[in-house]
Amino acid sequence: MSKASYLAQPKTTVYRKKGYVGRRLKESWQWYVLLAPALIYIIIFAYGPMYGVLMAFQKYRASKGIWGSKWIGFENFIRFFNYPNFWKMIRNTLSITLLSLATFPCSIIFALFLNEITQIRFKKVAQMVTYIPHFLSEVVVCSLVILMLDRTSGPINNLIALLGGERQAFMGNPDAFSSIYVLSGLWQNLGWNAVLYISALASIPNEQIEAARIDGASRFQIMRHVNLPGIMPTVVITFLMQVGRIMTVGYTKILLLQNDLNLDVSSVISTYTYEIGIIGGQYSYSAAIGLFNNVINIVVLLLVNKLSKKITEVGLF
Amino acid sequence: MGNKSKKIRSKWSRMSWNDKLFLLMVYAVIIAIVFICVYPVYFTIIASVSDPFDVYMGKVNLWPSGFTLESYGLVFQNESIWRGYANSVYYTVVGTLFNMTLTIPCAYALSKKKMYGRNFLMTVFLITMYFSGGLIPTYMLYRQMDLINTRGILILNGAVSVYNVIVTRTYFQNNISVTLFEAARIDGASEFGIFFKLVLPLSAPIIAVIALYYAVGHWSSYFPAMVYTSDNDIQPLQIVLRRILILNESAYEDALSSGDATLIQNAVKQSYLAASMKYALVFIASAPMLIIYPFVQKHFVKGVMVGAVKG
Repeated sequence: MSKASYLAQPKTTVYRKKGYVGRRLKESWQWYVLLAPALIYIIIFAYGPMYGVLMAFQKYRASKGIWGSKWIGFENFIRFFNYPNFWKMIRNTLSITLLSLATFPCSIIFALFLNEITQIRFKKVAQMVTYIPHFLSEVVVCSLVILMLDRTSGPINNLIALLGGERQAFMGNPDAFSSIYVLSGLWQNLGWNAVLYISALASIPNEQIEAARIDGASRFQIMRHVNLPGIMPTVVITFLMQVGRIMTVGYTKILLLQNDLNLDVSSVISTYTYEIGIIGGQYSYSAAIGLFNNVINIVVLLLVNKLSKKITEVGLF
Repeated sequence: MGNKSKKIRSKWSRMSWNDKLFLLMVYAVIIAIVFICVYPVYFTIIASVSDPFDVYMGKVNLWPSGFTLESYGLVFQNESIWRGYANSVYYTVVGTLFNMTLTIPCAYALSKKKMYGRNFLMTVFLITMYFSGGLIPTYMLYRQMDLINTRGILILNGAVSVYNVIVTRTYFQNNISVTLFEAARIDGASEFGIFFKLVLPLSAPIIAVIALYYAVGHWSSYFPAMVYTSDNDIQPLQIVLRRILILNESAYEDALSSGDATLIQNAVKQSYLAASMKYALVFIASAPMLIIYPFVQKHFVKGVMVGAVKG
């Protein structure tokens, strides 16, 4: 398709002639065939459960299905808001997401520092090695956490003992839970999250850096006043994306790090839906909690998107 | 680019003292980060071959102490680990193939600006990125379809990642020239012909990236298997790992039942060994990833770059 014919296209949509739709459909049918398997999959397995979420407003019985079960309005939601641990779960969620927001600058600093390194080989190796943890499975990462923090054999306690401190049972200490969760996440993703910044740094024009250098700027000043502003657009976008997830803590990693001793601080909304629904079998109630969580996430995301449009004139989507 | 000027800039003797100090700090920080990233993996490896008692006493930190492969022996004797391993390989291979047959053609179709109803179809896909029915409605759907506790569920679950569709679509839009399509069409090729004979061969890089993303996802995931399956025979490795490493389920029963008297001399040694086996297990479970990683690393990074371009 030449550029000219593409530009002329809107015109054809203005003067819709008879048979316009038919012609477009005929032109597109082979693409529809290519698209169909994925579309059918999405409709069944993504939109199907969205229809199923109606059970949140019901006293759902599997034998009666959505059509036959009794509607009870917002009863399940009200029950959840009155649940004594409701606020505790919100607090647990926030204590994890806010702490992980505090570690946000780490990847930026890592990328900026890595950019200063001029020995290409060392730089390559450092990048490759720091990406490794990202590709370990959650089960392996959490196992590593448990093994590293072990009271008698874990290297971290060995170091504490070597320095004359007392060995700690970190995994049994509720106060340590959110730090363990966030720091292990940082360990896993520090290098990987820097990928975007590293590529943004590579696209800063060399002339800017040279000009600053000729003006007598030190390396630190160049990093601070040329490189950092240069990647600021990327930083703002990734930061806002993380803010958009402020109410989101997935269950998969929590469930792996959870034990009887830290239950009080490790239960979040998503793990509660799992406990109530899959283990407890209270389907409607659990679906309601899941829906509530989903709605909150979307509201936060939309707010952040609006904010982002104000700050950067670019929305997240 | 200014490689030459960078080299001059980096000449140590010409640097001011405060640049030197700064660079030293930069190197120290990077080396520390590299050490922290690699140490847990290194520690697992040395602990797995060290004398179990020394590991238990916290004597193993930087170097192995003693040398024994007993813990690996235990892992190799444990049937459930190997069954899990085989299952994981199956899910990774079959699952990824299924992912690809859904994702790539779909992404190609969505890259066609001329496709009628493209924006509407795109929206249908995009909505699922932000809104989902949630755990329980999904579970109920699978149950109605009699998929619970089947191998199929672990292939079907999450078969289309909309994020991957968008990355692939962006690649098609930016990397395959429209003149090529025009030429093929004038030659009388059908849209199917263009896709299979022209587009696919030109898209090896993106196919590699997306296949890797899916494959790593399959290999690493444990949650769907935990929720949707309960039969040991079909559960993947991550579930076995979780049982042994996280839930501390005893893993040396197989050795016990094998009645190997030299292996099980006394109960105390056994418990050290069970602990030691965990290190061996972590290593064996991560080995495939660690082995192929250096070769595919740059593809992963490329995927991030393609994905970062807003489509």
